[in-house]
Amino acid sequence: MLAHAIFFYFFSFVAIISAIMVTVSKNTVHSVFFLILDFISISCLFIMIGAEFLGMIMLIVYVGAVAVLFLFVVMMLNVAQQKNQWFKSSDTSTHIPIGLIVSLIIFFELIIVIGGWKYKPDIIENFSDNLISNSTNTHTIGSVLYTEYIHLFQISGMILLVAMIGAIVLTFRKREGVKRQNYFSQISREKNQGVELVEVKSNEGVKIDV
Amino acid sequence: MEYINLLFSEIYKILYVLIPVLVSVAMIVWLDRRIWAFVQKRRGPNVVGPFGLFQTLADALKYIFKEIIIPASSNKIIFILAPIVTMTLALIAWAVIPFSEDYVLADINVGILYIFAISSLGVYGIIMGGWASNSKYPFLGSIRSAAQMVSYEVSIGVIIINVLLCVGSLNLSDIVLAQEKIWFVIPLFPMFVIFFISSLAETNRPPFDLPEAEAELVAGYQTEYSGMMYAMFWLGEYANILLMCALGSILFLGGWLAPMDTPLFEMVPPPAWLILKILFLFVLFALIKAIVPRYRYDQLMRLGWKVFLPFSLIWVVLTSGYLLYFDLLPVY
Repeated sequence: MLAHAIFFYFFSFVAIISAIMVTVSKNTVHSVFFLILDFISISCLFIMIGAEFLGMIMLIVYVGAVAVLFLFVVMMLNVAQQKNQWFKSSDTSTHIPIGLIVSLIIFFELIIVIGGWKYKPDIIENFSDNLISNSTNTHTIGSVLYTEYIHLFQISGMILLVAMIGAIVLTFRKREGVKRQNYFSQISREKNQGVELVEVKSNEGVKIDV
Repeated sequence: MEYINLLFSEIYKILYVLIPVLVSVAMIVWLDRRIWAFVQKRRGPNVVGPFGLFQTLADALKYIFKEIIIPASSNKIIFILAPIVTMTLALIAWAVIPFSEDYVLADINVGILYIFAISSLGVYGIIMGGWASNSKYPFLGSIRSAAQMVSYEVSIGVIIINVLLCVGSLNLSDIVLAQEKIWFVIPLFPMFVIFFISSLAETNRPPFDLPEAEAELVAGYQTEYSGMMYAMFWLGEYANILLMCALGSILFLGGWLAPMDTPLFEMVPPPAWLILKILFLFVLFALIKAIVPRYRYDQLMRLGWKVFLPFSLIWVVLTSGYLLYFDLLPVY
């Protein structure tokens, strides 16, 4: 039990410190790296309470895919050095009120959810009536997700699909004068189309690329 | 006292896996160079030790005594962290690889997801190295590499789903034990081929070694690295290759299982079968390095997203349809 407590406090300490460092650090790329550290320690906490499937999915989805995109955007936009920091700069920033409102809303939502657990303990029991005991939590999640919540699951999949197609449509435009490589025409080219023997007369040269 | 005993026994077990892996990484670098040389009718490294076996040790010794140069304009902490991340991630994934039924360090329920998560973290070593070098070649190389690894991870994930449908468990030992009747390479042969090619791309091996295409990018993300830090990148890369070979032999070639139930085969200890299968896959890796020319970058992306991903998705539908129709789905 002691080792469990030590690991729990270690991971939660790292999670909180790195969450603070995300907002405080000067360099935006460093912030993204601290965000990754935060994700990793949170997934370690998930594994510690026995939710190993959620922890691994957290690693794969957030750290392996989402944070890579964050890192790409931050590196590409060249916003590495922030000139004004909200905790140091003299002129007031417009981001603080919006950030405060968003974080307050998230805070109240969390309170509502946890309060539901606290004051109605039978909520969890009602949800978990068809859980099979003594099977791994991967099987348990699968047996609930694909039976009771199949419609919600598929709707969330459709929302993601629509978002993906929307993002592709937004960036897709046809421009004139752009040469595109056609794979099939490239590999189906034969020798007599690609090579031409020309008799070159002296002092006249030859006109290529007609 | 009890805790300390537990700690020491765990450390002993970890070293029992880690040291063979590190030694075999050194041997595999030598094997890679030898096979490459034999295909090109050269001799390869044959001077240090018998058959040149100690060549990698000599190289490692050379790297240790070389000076580590940290570029003045680099981001020093991340620059030093990058090879450490690559090396660590390549080694910690070996914790869940089962060498035989009871010779496995951590027999966790989500073993395959763990390996998948760790290999998806491998991108960070490369991105960190490329960005922190603060130079154009490493940055371009790391961006190429990250895009490549993220795209091929998707198809590897879908291929793993194919295998998991036939097994019904995420535990690597269960995956091997499910192949007692037939290795998955026979019913899922197209998936094995795609997995092999995707793991070539995932580990940045030729013909997909665009991140370090020396004609365009000098050495990609490793350009600014020297001495021990370069050696760590290099060891991590080969440990990753070995890991992908081990994963391929566990998922498709039956892991530690013998090909047939004959008394002759039963005399061979089970880990030896796994090692033989890993070596077989690695020889294929090395041969492909020697005989296939490098891909163009747009063709690499086309292959990953437009060929492998749809094909393996169709195979998921086929596999699950087949299992459902013939009532073969594993029940838990």
